[in-house]
Amino acid sequence: MSNYTDKIREISERLLKQGKVDMVIGFKKGTVPMMNEPCFVKKPEDISKLVWDSHCGINLANYLTDRKEKIGVIAKGCDSRNIVTHVIENKIKREQLFIIGVPCEGMIDRRKIASMFQTGSETEILSVAEQNGKIIVRTKDGEKTSERADLLQKNCALCVHRNPVIYDELVAEPVAEQKNIDRYADIREIEAMPPDQKWQYFDDLFSACIRCYACRNACPLCYCPTCFVDESRPQWVGKSTDPIDTKTFHFLRAYHCAGRCTDCGSCERVCPVGINMRVLTRKLEKDCFESFGWEAGLSLEQRPPLDVYKTNDPEDFIK
Amino acid sequence: MSANWEPKIVAFFCNWCTYGAADLAGVSRMQYPPNIRVIRIPCSGRMSPKFILSAFRNGADGVWVSGCHPGDCHYLEGNYYARRKFSLFKNLIEYMGIEPGRLHFSWISSAEATKFVEVVTGVTDAVRALGPHEKFVKTNVKVA
Ligand code: SF4
Ligand code: SF4
Ligand code: SF4
Repeated sequence: MSNYTDKIREISERLLKQGKVDMVIGFKKGTVPMMNEPCFVKKPEDISKLVWDSHCGINLANYLTDRKEKIGVIAKGCDSRNIVTHVIENKIKREQLFIIGVPCEGMIDRRKIASMFQTGSETEILSVAEQNGKIIVRTKDGEKTSERADLLQKNCALCVHRNPVIYDELVAEPVAEQKNIDRYADIREIEAMPPDQKWQYFDDLFSACIRCYACRNACPLCYCPTCFVDESRPQWVGKSTDPIDTKTFHFLRAYHCAGRCTDCGSCERVCPVGINMRVLTRKLEKDCFESFGWEAGLSLEQRPPLDVYKTNDPEDFIK
Repeated sequence: MSANWEPKIVAFFCNWCTYGAADLAGVSRMQYPPNIRVIRIPCSGRMSPKFILSAFRNGADGVWVSGCHPGDCHYLEGNYYARRKFSLFKNLIEYMGIEPGRLHFSWISSAEATKFVEVVTGVTDAVRALGPHEKFVKTNVKVA
C-alpha cells in the first residue's frame, strides 16, 4: 500500500499547486502505531505528511460537514458512500470536492493485533508493518506475524463496497469486491432470541459504555447542531451511565443513522472500550434493504429511504 | 403484579382521523377500556421516535400510534412517510428486547368508531397480557 502513499502525494501536490483545491484531507502518521490521524494539508510543501496504510480506518467524510472551501478528500469505499450521503443531505456540494478514490482492502483492527499477545500483559506495540499479505508486529520481546486477512476490522471483513462509488481520480486499479458475504449472520441470531434475552444481550453489550460520545463524534452522519443527548427541554435521555440511559442513547443514535449508515466502522473503531454498537446500525441497514430495497450512499440520484415512500410499502404491522 | 393492576397505554392520535374516531366513539356512548391516555398530534407524520421512547421511559406499559388511512392523510402524505419510520422503529425496539405487543400502530378514520373500539380493546388486551413494562424504566435513580 506504500505505492498508494506515493500516488496520493502526487495527486495532492498537483491539486494544491494548480490551485484546484484549498486543502487536501488525508491521513498522517499518529504518535503511536496504528493510530493514524486525519490531516489537513494546505501547502504543497506539506504533502509529505500524507500517508496511506492499513490504519486509515477513520471516516474522512466526517470532516467535510458544512465546509465552504474546495477540498481534495481521500476516500475509501465507505468514505465515498458517506460523501454521497453528505451531498444528498446538502452538507457539502459535489463541485467543492475532488475525490481521490482509494480502492480498499480493509483496515486492520488494532484490538485484534493487541490480542495476538497474552491478554492482560501490557505489551507495548512498537511497530506494525505489512508485507505480502502478512502483518508483522514488533514489541520489545520480538516479532510476531499474522495473516492480514485475519486481522481486518469486523466491518471490513463484511464489506461489499471496497471501491469508491464516486471519485475524480483513483490512486490504483479497483480491487476485487468480496463475494458471497453474509452480512447479517449475527443480526439474525439476535433477532431469533426471546425478548428478555435480547434485553440482556444489549445490557451486556453496553455495560462498559462510558457515554464519551466518541462513536457519535467520529460518525459523519452525526452532524446535528444540537444532538438529542444535549437537549434539556425536554430532556430525552439522562446524562448518566445508567443502563437505561445508555440504551436510550444508543437506540436513538442508531435510529438517526437509519438508511444513512454505510457501516464504515468508525464508531466502533474509536470506542475506547470496544463496544460493537454496529449490531444496531446493521439491523437498520438490513431492514432498510429488506423493506425498501435500499443501500446507503450508492447514488447521488436517489433520495434516502426516509425521505420518500411508496404507496405499497410494507404495513403488515399496522392494524 | 398486583391483582388489580391495570395497564397504562399512551395513545398518540392524529387530529384528523383517529382522534375524531375516539370522539365519535365517545359521543356515541360506545364502551371501551379506559386504559388509554390520549395525546393529540397534528399528523402521524409528526410522531417522533423520542415520544415513544419517552412514554416507555416514563412508565407506559404500552404505546399506540394511530393515524389516517394511507391516501386519506389531511396533509396528503404525512402518514406514508410515518409508515416507513414506524416500521424501522418497531423492528429496532423489538430487536432490543421490547416485547411484540407493547407497541401498536393502526389507521383509523374519523368515521370508524367501531374499528376504534375494536383496536383499543385489542391493544389493551395485548398489553395486559404482557404485564407491567419495566425495561425502559430507570429503577436505580439515586439523588446525590
Ligand atoms: S468498510 Fe470497506 S471500504 Fe471501508 S475501510 Fe473497510 S473494507 Fe475499506
Ligand atoms: S454509524 Fe458508525 S458505521 Fe455507520 S456511518 Fe456512522 S460511524 Fe460509520
Ligand atoms: S464511544 Fe464507546 S464508550 Fe463512548 S459513548 Fe460510544 S459506545 Fe459508549
